[in-house]
Order: sequence, then C-alpha cells, then structure tokens
Amino acid sequence: MIGVGKAKQYANVLDKPLSRGRQEVSLSAFAFLFSELVQYNQTQVDNIAELERRLEDAGYAVGARVLELLCHREKGNRRETRLLGILSFIHSTVWKVLFGKVADSLEKGTEHEDEYMISEKELLVNRFISVPKDMGAFNCGAFVAGIVKGVLDNAGFPAVVTAHFVPIEGQQRPRTTILIKFAEEVKQVCIV
Amino acid sequence: MALAAIYSLFIINKSGGLIYYKDYGSAGRIDTNDSLRLASLWHSMHAISQQLSPIPGCTGIDLLQAHNFDLHCFQSLTGTKFFVVCETGAQNMETLLKVIYELYTDFVLKNPFYEMEMPIRCELFDLNLAQVIHKYRVALLGR
Repeated sequence: MIGVGKAKQYANVLDKPLSRGRQEVSLSAFAFLFSELVQYNQTQVDNIAELERRLEDAGYAVGARVLELLCHREKGNRRETRLLGILSFIHSTVWKVLFGKVADSLEKGTEHEDEYMISEKELLVNRFISVPKDMGAFNCGAFVAGIVKGVLDNAGFPAVVTAHFVPIEGQQRPRTTILIKFAEEVKQVCIV
Repeated sequence: MALAAIYSLFIINKSGGLIYYKDYGSAGRIDTNDSLRLASLWHSMHAISQQLSPIPGCTGIDLLQAHNFDLHCFQSLTGTKFFVVCETGAQNMETLLKVIYELYTDFVLKNPFYEMEMPIRCELFDLNLAQVIHKYRVALLGR
C-alpha cells in the first residue's frame, strides 16, 4: 500500500492515477470504422428513417459516456444546471475532444423558443462520405446528433436532436446543422 | 515549353472493368462502349506485358509513348489501375496519378455507399479530382 510521500512506484495498481490516454486517433481508422458501421446498419434496415435512428442510437451511447468522462476530466465533477451552460459545454468542450476543434457556431432558433442549432461547415464524420442522390436527405451526421442527444439526456435536459443539410448560396457543399429541440419540462425548469 | 494537356483519365478495377472515366476536352473524348473496350484491352495488355518482360519481377507497363500522346499507368498493390492519356512530353504525371490514388482511397474507399469494384459515383471524389486536375493544369501553364 502507498505510504505518505510522492513515490513514483505504486505498489497497488489501483492507486496509479488514471492516464489521460491517447488524445488523437487516426482519422483514416475512424473513417473506415464509421463506414463499416453505416454499411452494417444498412443491411439491417428497410428504410432510411430506420437507418438514421440506428446511427442516432449508436451516437447516444457515445454521448452518455463522453458526458461522464468530460465532467470528470474537464470540469472537475461539476454538473451543468443551466441551459446555455450545457449547450456551450457541447459546443466547445465536447466538440474539441471528439473532433479536435470547437463547433463553428451555436445559435438560438428564431421560430421557436426551445430550438437551438449547432452548425458546422462539414462534420468530421461526413468528410469522406458522398450520399447517393436516391437516398434523399439522409445525413450520416445522425450519429453526431445522437451524441448530442446522449449528452443532453444524461445531463438532465431531454431533447430531440436531428442533423440537417442546409444548402448555402455560392457553395457547392451544404452546411450541416444539428437542430436541438428541448422537451417541455426543460422549458419550464431552466432559466436561460 | 509546350503546354502539356491531360486528355482523359481511366480507372479500372482488378478484373479489368472500367469504374471511372473522365475526359478533359474534345481531344480525349470517346463514347462509352469504346471506353469500356479500351479499358479491358489495356488491362489485358498490362497483364501480358508482365509475362513478356525479360526481367523477372516486372510490374507491368508504366508508360506508353505514341506519336500524338503519352499514356501513364499506375497500378496499386490491389490491382486497381489508374491511367491517364496526356500530351507527349507531359511532366509529373506519375505524381498526379499518385495524388489521384490518394483521392480514391479517401473519397471512394471510405464512402459507405460505394460498392467495391463497381463504377464510382461519389460526388466528393469528382469535386476533389476536378480541383486537383485544375491545379495541375494551372501549374503546367505557369511554367
């Protein structure tokens, strides 16, 4: 057992501090893995809506775990209780850890009180993916929408999160927007 | 220095089927059936050349020089062949082919909606390829 002092050698492996782990993963490795995830789910479903749901569920699991991990590592085990707080946590910390950069923008929806949008010029998960025309508006960013949903749900802010392509004038590729629509109970409880 | 132009680009899969064809300008244009025929012809010639070579370990034809054009070919380790028909004396075609191979591995192979050995219909591949070819032409013109 460890006595007092700052001995580098830990007799008990449970006393060793948790390492931060590798900060970066090969983009190619992730791209191939994600491509396989999409292909596997495609074989299991009959339509596009189902495929999006499956990707969202996969992301949900990631979001739940990422929230726990980052609350511990980055925020010293403090819990977000304000709406804007959790949104900016997602927009900067979560995005930085997962994608290496903060999200391009966080906006409040103009039409509805409880809608917020995180937008990106191009989601990292979509970088190598070209969706065929016959799949319509399908967006593999549903995975990222799932991650956001996982973080929000587990932080106590239930919401419906979806990913959309937004065509921009003058640019060939559309921007991606993650649309967050909070549930009724969040509107009533949280002061923005 | 003469302007070196690229006439057309072909990509053929490991069984010799054409999976991508793009022509640049009317000089390189041929109709679909001809392009398919040419692709399988080239595939066979490439394979035969490996047998004919007097030196063991030959990997096939890299360059074909004709009176009016050059044909540069690059074969990946998996047997996918990229070849470009260009003007005689064009420089840096091997580098161009390697760059196109990189684009292929990025925007075609990492695309979950692409079926292996099938014709390439990936928007991102087309976009990036057009950018690379444009950059190459600008660089060639600038010299």
